[in-house]
Amino acid sequence: MALHPKRTVLGNGLAVIAKANHTTPAVSLLIGVRAGAYSDPADREGTAALCARVLDRGTITRPAGVIADDLDGRGASLSVVTGRHQMAISATCLADDFGAVLALAADVARHPAFPDAEVATRRADLITSIRQDEDNPAAMAVDALARALYGSHPYGRKVRGSAASVEGIRRQDLVRFYQKGFQPQAITVVVVGDVAEDAATAAIAKAFGDWGSSGDPPSGLPRPDAAVPDAVAPAERRLVTVPMMSKAQADLAYGFVGIRRAHPDYTSFSVMNNALGQYAIGGRLGDSIRERQGMAYYVFSSLDASLGAGPFTIRAGVSADNVERAIASIDAELSAVVQSGFTAQEIDESKSYLVGSLPRQLETNAAIASFLLNADFFDLGLDYDERVPGLVQAVTLEAANEAARRLLDPSRATIAVAGPWNHEARESHEGQAIRKTS
Amino acid sequence: MSGVRETVLDNGLKVLVQEVHTAPLASVWCWYKVGSKDETPGVTGVSHWVEHMNFKGTRNIPRDQVKGIIEKFGGSWNGYTWIDQTTYLETASKDALDRMLFIEAERMDACLYDPADCESERTVIISELQGGENDPEQLLDTEVNATAFKVHPYHHPTIGWLSDLQTMTREDLYGHYRRYYVPSNATIVVVGDVAADDVVKRVAAQFGAIAPGSRPPRVRQVEPPQQAERRVVLRKEGTAAYWKAAFHAPAFSDEDFLPLLVADAVLNGAAGVNIWSGGGVSRPQRSARLYRALVDGGLASSVSGALMPTEHPYLYSLSVNVAAGRTLAAVEGVVLEEVARLQRDGITPAELAKVNAQLRARFVYDGDSVTDIAHQLGFFETIGSWRAYHGLGARLEAVTAEAVQAAAVKYLAPANRTIGWFEPVDA
Repeated sequence: MALHPKRTVLGNGLAVIAKANHTTPAVSLLIGVRAGAYSDPADREGTAALCARVLDRGTITRPAGVIADDLDGRGASLSVVTGRHQMAISATCLADDFGAVLALAADVARHPAFPDAEVATRRADLITSIRQDEDNPAAMAVDALARALYGSHPYGRKVRGSAASVEGIRRQDLVRFYQKGFQPQAITVVVVGDVAEDAATAAIAKAFGDWGSSGDPPSGLPRPDAAVPDAVAPAERRLVTVPMMSKAQADLAYGFVGIRRAHPDYTSFSVMNNALGQYAIGGRLGDSIRERQGMAYYVFSSLDASLGAGPFTIRAGVSADNVERAIASIDAELSAVVQSGFTAQEIDESKSYLVGSLPRQLETNAAIASFLLNADFFDLGLDYDERVPGLVQAVTLEAANEAARRLLDPSRATIAVAGPWNHEARESHEGQAIRKTS
Repeated sequence: MSGVRETVLDNGLKVLVQEVHTAPLASVWCWYKVGSKDETPGVTGVSHWVEHMNFKGTRNIPRDQVKGIIEKFGGSWNGYTWIDQTTYLETASKDALDRMLFIEAERMDACLYDPADCESERTVIISELQGGENDPEQLLDTEVNATAFKVHPYHHPTIGWLSDLQTMTREDLYGHYRRYYVPSNATIVVVGDVAADDVVKRVAAQFGAIAPGSRPPRVRQVEPPQQAERRVVLRKEGTAAYWKAAFHAPAFSDEDFLPLLVADAVLNGAAGVNIWSGGGVSRPQRSARLYRALVDGGLASSVSGALMPTEHPYLYSLSVNVAAGRTLAAVEGVVLEEVARLQRDGITPAELAKVNAQLRARFVYDGDSVTDIAHQLGFFETIGSWRAYHGLGARLEAVTAEAVQAAAVKYLAPANRTIGWFEPVDA
C-alpha cells in the first residue's frame, strides 16, 4: 500500500509530486510555497496572513468575480492558508474540471493582482477574525504561551498579527512579500486523485514550466527557509494570565520550547507525545485529568516541530475552581514520567497506534496531498510513508523516556491561563511552585 | 448503483454493508434512533451523557481495558449525539472487524454505569457545556433555538440545561440506556475492504443473542405554526457582533427539502449533506448572493446557511459574523432584502445549473472515505432510510426554479423566523 508518488523537478526548479487515486472522481491540488509568517516584516505582523487572503482575489487577467464564478460553477473549492514557514493554495474539484482548475490556480500563484479594493476588504475581514480571537480564551491562552515562551524570538509572534499591525499593512507590503517568496524553486505542486500521474505532471509542467522566463517576476533568490535561530528555553517556571472574567471556564496552555523537525530523535519525541497526551482520550494526561478526576472535557499534548523548535504544549479547558488543581495534576504526571518513565505497555501501544493508523490517515486525496507536501518540505523522502513504521518501531522505551526527561521539567514550564480566573485574587490559595512573572 | 447489502436480524437489528476495496480498512458505525429530541424536561442532555457513559467498560470489557481497545489496531473511534441520533464508530484495519463488532455489541447490551464513573463524567460534561458557552456564537444559537421551538423538544440543546446536568441520577442515565439501546432501535453499518456476506454472518454472531427489547417511546409533539416574528437580543461582554436568523423548515423526507436546499445554495453556496466531515471541503460560495452582498460588501467577515437533514421539521438558519465597525442593523437590512429578492424574483436558470453542479460535486466529496460513506448510510437510515440518501441525485434533478421560489416564499416568511443578535458590550 505504499504511495510511490512520482516526483519531477521542472527546469525552473519547481517540484511536482503526483499520485493517482481513483477512489472517487475527484482531485486535490496543493501548491506549497516556502514562505510564511516567519518572513513578515518586524512591524507588519500578519503580512503573510493578509497576502493569503488577497492572493486569490483577482489576477492580472481574471478579476475576483470571474474567479469566483468559474470555481463556483464547477462546485470547486479553492483556498489559501498560511503558516509560519509555508503558504499553500489548495483546491478540490471533480476530475473532469482538473485542467480548468489547475489553470486558474496557476494563474493565482503566478499573476495575482492584489487589487486595492480587495486588500481593504480582506484586511477588514482579518481584523474581524483577530477581534473574535480576542474573545476566545483558548486562542488567548495559546498566544500568551507563545509570547511568554519565545519572547523576542520570531516564534513569539502571531501568524495572524494584531489588529494594530494588520491595520498598517499596505498593498505594496503584500506585493513585496509575494515577489520575495513566490519563486519557482520555492514551490512544490502536489496532485492527488483521479488523474494519471504522467498526465498530471505534464499538465503542471505546462502550467508552471515557463515561470521564470521573461514577463514573470525575476527569480534566482535563495530558498527563503534560512536557518531559524535557537530559542532560549526559559530557565524557570512562569505563569501568565489573561483574565476574561465573563467567560464560563478557563483554558490553559502549559508548555516548553520543543524540538526542530530535523532533530535526529524526532520520532522518539513523537512517540513520547502520543503516550503522554494523545493515545486514546489524551494519553496519560487524559487518564488522569479527564477520566479519573473528571476535571476537563479536553486535555491533550501536541508537538509542533518545524524548521525551528516550535512549542511542546499541553492544553486543557477547566472551570475556574479547578485551574490550580489541573496545573498541579499536569505537574504530577510530568514528574512521574520524568522520574519513573512510561511503562513498556504504554510505549508499545503508542507505537502500534502510530504505525497502524497510517493507512487510515492516508485515505483521502487531501490527506495524502498534505502528507506528501509535508514530507517534501522537511526533506523526509518520497518513501517516507514506507519508512514511518520502521522509524517508529525502532523507538525504545528508554528513548521515549529520554525524550520526556529532556523536555518535561515542571520547574521550567511556562503556563498561560485565559478565562474567569484571576491569579491576583487567588494567590493565597496557590502552591509555592508557581511564581508570577506577568 | 447501490452496492448496499441490507439485512434485518431476527431481533430487529438492521445491518447495512457496502464493499469498498480501495484501502485495507473497515469502518463500523452503530446508530441508535435516540437524540436530544427524545428527552423530557428534567433530564435534558441524558442522551449525550449516556453516549459518554458507553465508553466506560462493559461486562466483558473491563474498565481498564477500554483505553486502547481499537488504537492497538491503528484505529480511531468516536461518537456523537445530536437531536435525532446517537452514534458510535470505529475505523481501523479490516483485521479488527470482529473486535469492532464485539465492542458495539457490548455497548448495546452490557455497559456498566458504575456510580463513581457517572459522577466523574458529570463534571466532564459540565466542562463541555461551559467550553461551549465561552463561544458567543454558540450562546446565540442556543437562545435562538430555544426561542424558535416552544413545543417540540428540538427546543433544548443537545448537551442539556445545566440544572438537569447537575441533578440527573445514575438511574436516569441507565434507564434511558436500557429503553433506547435495543436491536430494533439500532442500525449497524459496515463499509470497507470486506465481503458483505461474511460481515452479515459476523454481525449475527456478535449481536444475534441480544434480546429484541420493546419499542421505545417516540416524540408526539408537533410545533404549532409560528404566528409572528420572534427576536432575541443578547448583550454581553465580547469583541464582535453575530447575527442569526432561524426559519422553521421542512424535514428531510418533505418534498420541500430539496428546493430549500437549492435556495440555500443560491444564497450561500452548496454545503452538502454530511454533518460529520462536511465533505472536508470548504463550500463554493464566492459567487453566492449573500456572500457577495455581505462579505464582498464589507459588512461581514463570513456568512453561512444551514439546512440540516432531520427527522422532524427543524430550522433553516443564516449566520453572519459582523465585520468590525459595522452594525447588526446594517447586516440585517441586507440579508432581509436578499431574502425578499429571492421570494419576489426567484432564481435564474444559470443559478439553478450552477448549484446543481455544486451539489453533485458535494455528494462526491461527502463520500470521500470509508468512514464518510458509512456515516452517510447510517445517518440517513436514522432519519428515514439510506435509500433516501442514494435518491438525493434524482430528487435534485426534479427541482425547478419555480419550486425554489415557492419554498422561499413559504419558509422564509417574516412570521416564520426568529432573529438573534449578539451585541458585544465592553468589559
